Amino acid sequence: MTAPRDKFGRPVVVVTGMGITTSLGAGKADNWSKLVAGESGIRTITRFPIDGLKTTMAGTVDFVSVDPFSSTGLSERMAELVTQEALEQAGIGAKGDFPGPLFLAVAPVEVEWPQRRELGRAVGKTDFTYDDLLRISGGGKYSAYHHRFMFGSVAAYLAETFGTKGSPISLSTACASGATSIQLGVEAIRRGETDAALCVATDGTVNPEALVRFSLLSALSTQNDPPQAASRPFSKNRDGFVMAEGAGALVLESYEAATARGAKILGVIAGCGELTDSFHRTRSSPDGKPIIGCMNKTLADAGMTPDQIDHINAHGTATPENDKMEFNTTSAVFGDLAQKIPVTSNKSMVGHTISAAGAVEAIFSLLTLEHQRIPPTINYETPDPTILFNVVGNKARDARVTAVMSNSFGFGGQNASLILTREPA
Amino acid sequence: MTDTASKPGQTEVWITGIGLATSLGEGLDANWTALSEQRINVDEKGFAPFIVHPLLPVSFDSQIPKKGDQRQMEAWQRIGVYAAGLALDSAGIKGNKDILSKIDMVVAAGGGERDLNVDTGVLTAEAKGANAPGFLNERLMSDLRPTLFLAQLSNLLAGNIAIVNGLGGTSRTFMGEEVAGADALRIALSRIASGESDIALVGGSHNGERKDLMVLYEFGDFNLKDKFAPVWGRKDHPGFALGSAGAFLVLESKTHAEARGAKPFAKLSSVVTDLARRKQSGDMAATLEKLWEKLPRREGKGAIISGATGAEPATSEERDFLKKHADFPVRSTGTMFGHTMETQFPLGIALAALAISRGALFPPNDSTGTEVDMQGAPTQIVVVGAGHWRGEGMALVEAVS
Repeated sequence: MTAPRDKFGRPVVVVTGMGITTSLGAGKADNWSKLVAGESGIRTITRFPIDGLKTTMAGTVDFVSVDPFSSTGLSERMAELVTQEALEQAGIGAKGDFPGPLFLAVAPVEVEWPQRRELGRAVGKTDFTYDDLLRISGGGKYSAYHHRFMFGSVAAYLAETFGTKGSPISLSTACASGATSIQLGVEAIRRGETDAALCVATDGTVNPEALVRFSLLSALSTQNDPPQAASRPFSKNRDGFVMAEGAGALVLESYEAATARGAKILGVIAGCGELTDSFHRTRSSPDGKPIIGCMNKTLADAGMTPDQIDHINAHGTATPENDKMEFNTTSAVFGDLAQKIPVTSNKSMVGHTISAAGAVEAIFSLLTLEHQRIPPTINYETPDPTILFNVVGNKARDARVTAVMSNSFGFGGQNASLILTREPA
Repeated sequence: MTDTASKPGQTEVWITGIGLATSLGEGLDANWTALSEQRINVDEKGFAPFIVHPLLPVSFDSQIPKKGDQRQMEAWQRIGVYAAGLALDSAGIKGNKDILSKIDMVVAAGGGERDLNVDTGVLTAEAKGANAPGFLNERLMSDLRPTLFLAQLSNLLAGNIAIVNGLGGTSRTFMGEEVAGADALRIALSRIASGESDIALVGGSHNGERKDLMVLYEFGDFNLKDKFAPVWGRKDHPGFALGSAGAFLVLESKTHAEARGAKPFAKLSSVVTDLARRKQSGDMAATLEKLWEKLPRREGKGAIISGATGAEPATSEERDFLKKHADFPVRSTGTMFGHTMETQFPLGIALAALAISRGALFPPNDSTGTEVDMQGAPTQIVVVGAGHWRGEGMALVEAVS
């Protein structure tokens, strides 16, 4: 019998339900089987014209339909699906009555081009100004668009559908958002404010402008053909990340509450850490100190030492800078172990699910712990000789895994790490 | 319902820094003087028929010394970085590397400031017949400024604050219109009260002089048009006038503040938030009443600072709630500053702390009788923040005894 509190006297936070959707498919079973088989979810974009784009592939989720389509609508629908899956597994509360708060990582919301174009057409002139658009926006014809494009709209919908308690929090820490949603849930349980928290992260923003925005920052891979080979973490010929869609949901509970109701424990969130980099809007501090500090804070939060980590689920975006920086900083924290601990990047197969990535990869890490099998980093044909990670290249690997570190780094100096374990320490 | 009230054994949380850049001016004295003189800064012409409370121009150089940094931001971010810098100054920690390297940040933000010329250019070209499949892609690839994205991302307000001021603690950005500001304060307060954090920079900023935002709110017919009136006098002519403002606070545990000799403006005793369903008339007022009951017992001389927007039916419901607590004189930030969305709640907290520290509530500005005079010094001010569409928040700010 394990103690319900960790070595710092805080409630141990466990995971009792998980749901996931990525470009590989819907649900844990489908995602896991494809992930360990080394399948890619990256494909040529068919949702909108790709003429004139430098990057023409992405990890889109095309099997979830939304009508009328909007990126925010897709984010909402995926979040709903993964939450349903997580709640079904957790068996917590009652239908429409989740006994805790919602922390939602969601992409920033804005009016999108289909709606803007509808407005443009409605002006009924060939020459017009923005004021003309503004003049015809009122009167109730477009009231649904106000509701759709409120930043809080997805969280409000989930809160009402699943009956989470209190004010749902919508958050963005860029590519670290998913990890931050989990961290907020862990903190609320540790403070004793709640016995359970619903942490959801979703991103359905593969649309023309989002793709162009990342293209203009030279962040995306342009190795369009074949699309499945575009995402090449840790490879010498990597050239950027691949945008992708997906969602992940985790039901967090205090160990005490989970065991009291006889819930099956899927894993433990043993530690969370976060550290801001004030060096640059899109680049990490060249000395890597903020990332090093983030990993160290996470180890300290878990009360663990580097030798207790036996797998790293890397941020591994496949941008030239990220992967190198991640190896250097991991080496600073783990020493020689950085070259021994098996490392993988799920983004080689599912792409970069941006706001959802931290949660999606935390779920893959927990599935790794459950199956004692590490999913591969595919497209690992030409290793970067300066990145000396023990990459689980191309083929899944059976391994004894007791503790996983999952890293997320984002624009705006956002760094967040999680440590996930099978059993309470 | 989620709530954060100091519990026995938890540390008191003080407000030790306030930064304001608003339509009434920058800094505490300018804002206080304007409030005392019942001055309101509205522009009824620049965006006619829409009304805005424009930012009173500031010299951004004083808080954002590098022009390169300023160029990487759009107005909403510059306003926020500026106000955040003022808050750090006010707390006496500007440039204090020890503290800034660990300060936690919770920012309430919108985002998405658009390039209207690009948008209009695409739409008019399409109206003239441009319909090649890749037309939008090509125009966006050639017309969007590469760094505009960074000026649109919600979390880049926090990112810019960190870059300009060298912050190195945690950084979290909450979105979700008005209640995001209340939740930012709730989470920061609970983290400090529980000992997870010693000191935090919390707030938000908003540029109300944006036609792209007006389009969004016009979809729901929420914009105030033609003629300005105080929020309580808009019942037959409802709507909000967007305002530009940045409001940041430094929250700090009493122990941490005392150790460095910092003086409090006031203490933040409790922040509570909820999401009323608002399906039926009275839902929101009932939620506000529940939040009121969750605040710690009030025994001092109290007042209420409301963030009511002027939009209906939310404003009428809030007035029904306020009527039940008529012994608390009410002031409306919406009348004085316009509606600053995510920033409205931090702004209310800032004014509450300022009023307590200056020993007076600013005068009413209302002809409907909702706001009445208050004699003497308030020791407890309840800040109410009910969103124009969703989300309710409430906080108790008290004099440090």
